[in-house]
Parts: sequence; structure tokens; C-alpha cells
Amino acid sequence: MKLALFAPELFLLMGSLVLFFLTIGKDKARQSRNAVIGIALINVLVCLFSFRAEGNLFYDAYRVDLFSQIFKLMISGGFLAVLLLGRQLKGVSEDVRPEYYLFMLLSTLGLVFLVSSVELLSIFIALELSSFSLYLLVPMRDDRHGLRYQMESAIKYILFGVVATGVMLFGMSYLFGLTGTTYLNQLLPKLHAIATQPAAMIGIAMVMGGFFFKLAVFPFHFWVPDVYEGASNETTAFIASVPKLGAVALLIRVTMLVAPQGQAVVALLTILAVCSMFYGNLIALVQKDIKRMLGFSGIAHAGFVLLGLVTLKDTGYAASMFYIIGYLVMIIACFVVICTVSKEGENVTIDDLSGLHKRAPLLALTLGVSMFALAGIPPFVGFMGKFILLTGALREGHLALVILAALNTAIAIYYYLSVVRITFCADPENRPLVKVDMLTGIVSVVLMVIIIAMGVAPAGIIDLATSAVSAIL
Amino acid sequence: MDFLILNNGFPYLSVLIFLPLAGALALLFLPGDNTARWGALIVTCVTAIISLNLYSGFDPTTAKYQFGEHNAWFPALNICYTLGIDGISLLLVLLTTLLMPLCVLGSWKYIEKRVREFMICLLIMESSMLGVFMALDFVLFYILWEAMLIPMYLLIAIWGGPRKTYASIKFFLYTLAGSVMLLVAIIALYLKTGSFSIPNMMGKAYSVDFQYWVFLAFFLAFAIKVPMFPFHTWLPAAHVEAPTAGSVVLASVLLKMGTYGFLRFCLPITPVATYMFMPYILWLSVIGILYGGFTALAQQDMKKLVAYSSVGHMGFVTLGIFVLNKQGIEGAILQMINHGITTGALFLCVGMIYERTHSRELSKATGIGKYMPIYVTFLTFFSLSSLAFPGTNSFVGEFLILVGGFAKSIPVAACAIPGAVLAAAYMFRMLQKVVWGSERNPDQAWLKSMDLSVREIIILAPLLLFVLWIGLAPTPFLDVMHTSVTHLVAQVNVACLDSVRVVQVMGH
Repeated sequence: MKLALFAPELFLLMGSLVLFFLTIGKDKARQSRNAVIGIALINVLVCLFSFRAEGNLFYDAYRVDLFSQIFKLMISGGFLAVLLLGRQLKGVSEDVRPEYYLFMLLSTLGLVFLVSSVELLSIFIALELSSFSLYLLVPMRDDRHGLRYQMESAIKYILFGVVATGVMLFGMSYLFGLTGTTYLNQLLPKLHAIATQPAAMIGIAMVMGGFFFKLAVFPFHFWVPDVYEGASNETTAFIASVPKLGAVALLIRVTMLVAPQGQAVVALLTILAVCSMFYGNLIALVQKDIKRMLGFSGIAHAGFVLLGLVTLKDTGYAASMFYIIGYLVMIIACFVVICTVSKEGENVTIDDLSGLHKRAPLLALTLGVSMFALAGIPPFVGFMGKFILLTGALREGHLALVILAALNTAIAIYYYLSVVRITFCADPENRPLVKVDMLTGIVSVVLMVIIIAMGVAPAGIIDLATSAVSAIL
Repeated sequence: MDFLILNNGFPYLSVLIFLPLAGALALLFLPGDNTARWGALIVTCVTAIISLNLYSGFDPTTAKYQFGEHNAWFPALNICYTLGIDGISLLLVLLTTLLMPLCVLGSWKYIEKRVREFMICLLIMESSMLGVFMALDFVLFYILWEAMLIPMYLLIAIWGGPRKTYASIKFFLYTLAGSVMLLVAIIALYLKTGSFSIPNMMGKAYSVDFQYWVFLAFFLAFAIKVPMFPFHTWLPAAHVEAPTAGSVVLASVLLKMGTYGFLRFCLPITPVATYMFMPYILWLSVIGILYGGFTALAQQDMKKLVAYSSVGHMGFVTLGIFVLNKQGIEGAILQMINHGITTGALFLCVGMIYERTHSRELSKATGIGKYMPIYVTFLTFFSLSSLAFPGTNSFVGEFLILVGGFAKSIPVAACAIPGAVLAAAYMFRMLQKVVWGSERNPDQAWLKSMDLSVREIIILAPLLLFVLWIGLAPTPFLDVMHTSVTHLVAQVNVACLDSVRVVQVMGH
């Protein structure tokens, strides 16, 4: 039975070994691609197999429960989807592809570790495993024009990342100093007992900083536009989607440390949420490059996720979970289109999507659905997630926050709508047809179905998430 | 659930919502422009025929919601899939279902490119519009209310005129911005009552402050949709650029959602606030009537003329609603239907001219009466109806509204009267030019062999039938709404009397 507890991790670990051996050989780009897709596919099944596993490992530093297993399944699913949409890996040269896949797999492994870690040092190590592998993915972009733009992005990413980690470690030292323990379940009662002490609140807030960086919450967002733009489309697809799941999982765990009377942290979260939403949406309005636009819109969505955390309630956390899972699907759907439209792995501007309805009707539909979903228009998942978050936040009396969040929906619609307009109404001029192979078609249809299904029938996932969250403690 | 009469037999309402949606899905997989046209026509016709059962099975003696369906949907938040119609929504549902086949027919030749997508958009529109009128759960209502923006946006943005980008984005932004606060208000109401059931929210003793804010959120959303002065600026742009069917749907059904929202939500849920804001809204309505009339008088573009006349006519409807008495509200509901029929018909007429001359300029369409006698006959009847000529449908509606208005406030009603005169002025101006023109008419002889085709007569004839039917014998239409309207007026009055009593008690 212990095997089921650790099955996804073990499997990914073995998979990374396989990839490691492939990196030693020459001209293994093809094999490593097939291997990693196979690993990711089986890993999803392994996660399903251990979905209901429950127990503690490694002296209770590692907890396997419904909460972690949901996230693991989503991370694995997201990983698989990113691999499938970036099958051709246009933006990365052949010689480094095995390494590329290896690091992507390691990053996923780190995230899988992360969502189960319930001890500060384990959290730190898991987070670093996933982050450092990600830092390496960014500069692996093919340097076609000799601009070394991806190097700049990678440096920015790693510098900001290290600072955020430093902030987090500093916060952890406070928590340890105040309580004498690094285990979350022991931290919780002790921190609740000293909830109003400023040091405790500062400690918690600083620990959150590390995950704000991953989730790209204001003011830890500075890396977003450059990294999104500088990294290859496939890398951005990964950075924009899967790590955010891990970040939200850990933010939920850390937010639980906040006692009900810890209103200062709630106020901080509220302010960050509002700043993220306004900053992301206002700057996204003027973007020309679609990846940059999605980066800023991601900042705004991160602000929305915080709406669930400020409630300090199980239902709120569940709403955040639902929202980030929905976001994963929506953003991956966008990147399916971006990666397919991009011919040789170059960046895609919004104008490049002109007349996509003629060049690739299915992709145009996918993009339209995901844009309206991101904008929060029903009947798509974006609306349902937003609605549940707003309901939860208003229930706890955050009226101003809810009104500001609602206003942001109205701001954001403009840039999403511009993409839709370009896609459906503009003339393709001389832009070539886009070839959509069978598998990409299937992936985009599946994603669209999920976007609609989660939007009209959210009950199942919300119930699951609620029971997962309430079982954490 | 005492407000709902469950329908255990054939689920009419669900079928009406999902049939067009299923049709749209089917069209997605069927290639060919003509398949799309015929497919959409068949689906809308079947929907219309099914909807007739609603009228025959409707029980006008009860104010409860009929043909009810009630299923749990999202238990964690107590969201249900609840449908039902009463005397207020019945006619609007029928208006929608009966108009849609005409919209499809009206686009038969007008739409030449991407026919399949166009028909899919129309069918999705039909589903969501019907759902809005039937939903008794606020979340369901909101989902359909917003979801409708997508196909409508695409209708304008893809098949629209030269300034379609501007018009479509303006339409989307305006309506979305209006309804985000509606969402907050819905959630706030849910937190007070514990469910999203619309009838459950009615007649509750909310505090006056709470009612104010909820009312304002409602008002913003619905006033933009109606549109009331000063929120009307999206309307002319959207109407002028939209293709004919889009204009018809927009004018005949979409605008009614705003006034329907007032009736269904503002009045029964926030009666005290309604009462307090009533004078301002009445004057806004009067301004809208006069403003729409004067602006219509100055238009050279026929479509713009009809669009601005809509602002005026909808002003009458809001006036009728907010006089808060039985005649006014019944007149308003009837006028909603009338406006749907008449303005829809006028837009179709303008579209028919446009298909021939490729211009909507009044100056290009002068003097065609001599060459297109059938066309101008129809146009004359619809114009007369638009200016509320006795014997046509709008006369009955406007008359009732003014009766209600005079009973409420003589100055307001007196100020609205010139609106009726203005309507006559701009409609006769248009008619005079189109039918006779002057000695400087452009040569229209080439239109001689291009009078209305059988298809176009089939489109306009049913509308003309209803114009005269409602105009000469409005009883069957008024009868179905009596009970519901009486109930609604009672709801408002009881709540207002209660609050007045509370104030008095506190004063002593």
C-alpha cells in the first residue's frame, strides 16, 4: 500500500533517469520526445491509480492526501498537455532537446513533491528543484537572430527567483524562530496562539512571497513579461500553467497558518489582489505580443486567485483550487493555438492571428473559446470560477474587493475581445494556412469540452476540492 | 416552491431552450450554405410551433410561474435549474420564437459569406434569449444574459457594416460593464436569502439602504440594455452596423430584456427603492422619448432613424413600467411586444431596400412608391404602427401607458405627449420621401421589376397580421397578463405601504 502513496513520484524519478541516459547519447531528440510523452501519459494513469491514497511519509514531512493528489493529477495532466502541444518543439534546437525534456520532467517532479510537502525545508527543496529546472529551460531557446534575448530573460528569471526564495527563507526563519518547529501541522496551533504578533504575520507574509513569485502576484511579477516573451513558446506554455498549480497549493497550505484574527495578512492579500488585477489588466490592454499579453493577464488572474484566500475559509480555498484548475485549461488552450500558429518557433503577435478563422477554423474556435473563458464570460469555466470566488469573498464581507474585482472583468474584456476580433473578423491578407495535425485537433477539442463542462457543471469538482481542503488539517 | 407550477409532462421550456442549441451544434458538422439556411429555418420553425403550446396551455387565472421545471444544479451554492413563465414573460417568449424564423428568412440572401456560422450564431442567440425570459434562477439568468453577448458580438463584428469593429466593441463593453455590478448585486441578494431563486428574493424585507444599492446595480444593467437616455449611445452604432437579422434581434428581443429586467427584478425585489427612484426614472423616460424623437427627425440614414425611434419607444415602455399601476405596466408589456413587431418589421423593410440599392440613405430611396407598390404598402402600415396610429398595435400600448401616466402624474404624461407627435413627424417624413419624394427624385425605374419577392412577403405578412390583430383586438394578448400584473402591482404596493408604515411608526 505504501507504493501507492509514492507511486507518481517514483515513476517520475525513474522516468527522469531514463531521460538522463538519453541525454548522454547523440541524436536522441526523437527518442527522448517519445519517451517523455510516454512517461507523462503513464504518469497521468499512475496519478489516477494513487488518487485516493492517503498517508504520511518521511517522518511526516510528506503528506499524501486528496488535496495533494488532485494537484498531482492536474500537474501531470498539464505536463502532458504542454508536451503534446509542443510536440514539434519548434523553438528549441535539436541538440539540446533531450536535456530540455529532462529538465521539464524534473521541474514537474519538483512540483509533484511540492504539493505534498508539509514541512518547511521539504517545501523549500521541492520548490527549488522545480524552479532551477525551469530557469534552465528559458535559455535553451534556439538563438536564431543572435540577439540573446532568451539569455536576458533567463537572467531576469533567475535573479528575481533567487530574491523571492531569499524572502521566503527569511520568513521561514521567523516562523521557526517563533515556534521551534518546521512542520506545518505543529506550526498551525502555535501560530494561531500568537496570531496577532507582528513577527508571525511578517513571517507568514514573507513565506507567501516565494509562491507569489511563482504565481506572478504583484509585486513579485516583474519577471513575467520578459520571461514570457523571451522563452520559447513551449517553455512559456509550461511556465504559464503548471507551476501555478504548485504555487496555489502551497499558498493554500500557508494561508491556513493565518489565524482568523490575523486581519493584517488578510488586508495584505486584499491589497495585493487589487494591485495585481489592476496592474495586469491595465498593462495587458496595450500589448502587441500575445505571450506578453497573456503574461499580464496571468498577473490579473493571480489576483483573482487571492480572492479565495482572503476568506480564510475552506470554501474559499476550494474556489481558488477550482479557479486555478480552470485557468490551467484555459491558458493551455491558448498556447495550443500559439504554438501551432508559430511557424518556426518565433513569437506570435496579435496581428499574426489575423483571419485565423480562414487559416485554421478549429484553432480560431479554440482561441475564441479560451479568450472568452479567460475574460470570464459564461458559460465557460472562467465565469464559474470568478463567480464562486466572488460569492465566497462577499460572504466574508469583502465588498470593496468584490466590486473592484468585478470592475476588472469589464476592463479585461477589451483586450481579450481584440484577440477575438482579429481572429474572426480580420482579413488573413497573405498569411499562410496553418496546418493542424490530428493530435493537436484532438487536444484542442478536449480542452474546449473541459472549459465548457467545468463552466456548466462545476458541482463535482467543487465538492471534491472542498472535501480535499477540509481534510488537510 | 409554492410559486411554481411544476410541469410533469413534456418539458416545453427546456426543449425550447435546447432545441436551437442542438440545431447550432448540428450545423457545426453539416457543410454547405443552403443546408445551413434550411437547417436554421426548420429548427426555428419547429421551436416556434412548439412554443405555441405555451399559449394554449397557459392558465391566465394564476400569477404563479407555469410550465415549471426545477432541478438541482450546483447544490453547494444552492443554484438550481429552475424555469417557468408567467403572464409577463409568456408573450416575450412567443415574440422571440415567432420572430426567429423571420430573421432566418430575412437573412436568406442578405448574408452571403460564412452563412453557416451566421446561422449558428442566430440559433445560439435564440437559445439564450429564450432562456433569459424563462430562467427563475438568478445564476441561470445571468449566465444566459451574458452568454448572449458572444453571438451578438460576432453577428455585428463579422457580418456588420463598415464601422463594425467600433460598433461591436462598444456594444460588448457597454453591456458587459453594465452587468458586472448586477453580478455583485445577485451575490449580495443570495447572501441575504440563501438561494438564487428569483421568486424567493421577491417580497423580502430588505433594509432600505440595501435596496438602494441593489436597485442601482440592477438599474445600470437594465438601463443600458433598454437603452435609457443617457445610456443609449451604443444603440445607434450597433443597429446601423449590424446585419438586418442582427438589428431585428437586437431591437425586437434584446432591448426587451432590459425592460423585462425592470419588471422581473427591480419592481418585486426592491420595491421601496423603486418607489423612491421612480420620479427620476419617469423623467429620464420622458427625456428619452423626446430626445429619441428629435434625433430621429434629423436622420438621413433610414436605419439610424428607426434606431433612434427605438430610444423613444423604449422611453414609453419604461414610463409605463415606472408609473407602477396596472394600466401602465400592462401597456408597457404590450408595447414591448408591439415594438418588437413593428421595429423588427421596419428594420426588415430597411434591409430589403438595402439589398436592392446598397444604401440606407433616405435620399437614395426617395420616390420608390411608384415602382414598388407592395413594398411601400407594407412600409406604410408599419410606419403607421410605429407612430401609434389608432387601429394599429402601438396605439393600444401607448394609450394604456398614457392612461397610467396621467393617473400617476399629469406633468410627466403631458410632457410625453409631444413624443407621440414627434413620432408622427419623423415617420411621415420618411414615408413621404420613400413613397413620393419630390420632383428631384433619382431615377428609380430600374426597381420596377424588383418589388418584393414571395419570400419577402412571407416575412412581412405575419408581422402585419399581428400589427392589425393587436391593434383591433388586443384582448387575447392583455388577458394573459392581467393576473400577473395585478400580482406584481400588489407586491410593490404592499412593500411600499409597509415601509411607509414603518417610517410613520418610527416618526411617532
